[in-house]
Amino acid sequence: MSTRAAIAVLAVLAVIGLLAFGLLNKGSSRVAVGEVAPAAPLPRLAGGRRGSLADYRGRWVLVNIWASWCGPCREEAPALEQFQRHHGSPSFTVLGIDSRDLSGDGRAFVKSYGLSYPQLRDGNGDTAHDFGTTGVPENYLIDPEGKVKLVVVGPVDPEYLDDQVAPLLPGDGQS
Amino acid sequence: MALAVWLGVAVALFSVGALSAQAATPRPQTSLSEISSEVMCPVCGTLLELAESPQAQREKAFVSKLVAAGRSKDEIKDALVAEYGTEVLALPQGSGFDLSAYVVPVIAFVLAVIALALGVLRWRRAGDPPDGEEERPPEGPSAEDSERLDADLARYDL
Repeated sequence: MSTRAAIAVLAVLAVIGLLAFGLLNKGSSRVAVGEVAPAAPLPRLAGGRRGSLADYRGRWVLVNIWASWCGPCREEAPALEQFQRHHGSPSFTVLGIDSRDLSGDGRAFVKSYGLSYPQLRDGNGDTAHDFGTTGVPENYLIDPEGKVKLVVVGPVDPEYLDDQVAPLLPGDGQS
Repeated sequence: MALAVWLGVAVALFSVGALSAQAATPRPQTSLSEISSEVMCPVCGTLLELAESPQAQREKAFVSKLVAAGRSKDEIKDALVAEYGTEVLALPQGSGFDLSAYVVPVIAFVLAVIALALGVLRWRRAGDPPDGEEERPPEGPSAEDSERLDADLARYDL
């Protein structure tokens, strides 16, 4: 192979490599049931400390990815808070992840709905991206081993929580 | 006379009050439109100035508040980065992989100039006579052409 041909091949490979990197960097697929859920550390919405889904290993966690500017998130917030009040325990919690939102707006949202469950802040949307979300809200039930048990794209309502989530939790006699 | 003194004092007090109020109001150093053309709406994936989503509206309100507070463009961009990460900036960063956005076009331009220069040199060389030989003027018609020319001239009897 002549030098000229080698340079041309290298240039083409470099362009293909750049395109592939761009595509891989942007694309993401939704975590599936049975897969380990992303658990990168995130700052807490209130306070400077960091937290992670990994901190809740050994407990069932309903991860709720939301944002204050999202209408359906406002609709489901009271149902999630009610579910937390009824089922929150050392073996279960709802965990909110405020994604691509202004921290002040997020804190105002939590205050306005009186949300008592822990909240993490995903300002740049990396964790939502790792979950493979296509919007907000999305909900993921994570088992004590950190694996995804249920995926709900869109808001949850009290009926869904009572019929689909509650029976899986310890204390309901089915888990 | 006393009335004039009191009026003078009142005017002076009013002027001082107005000046201090003006000094307390921060003067905007930039504008929403200027910032909006340089930052992204993270949810929409477009420039903030082109976005109308609910998230973009919140972001614009956030920027407007900081503009009104007299914050500079850099300070507002820093505040946006603190909220949304570096992805909120429309222009790539000058470090890490983003640096390639600036370096690759420069390298490509330099390579193109070099390739063009080499091509022109090669093209000019192809037109030159072989080394060691000077370009000579044409030597007149060949013997065959001369004979044919003579024959034609004789035929027309010029």
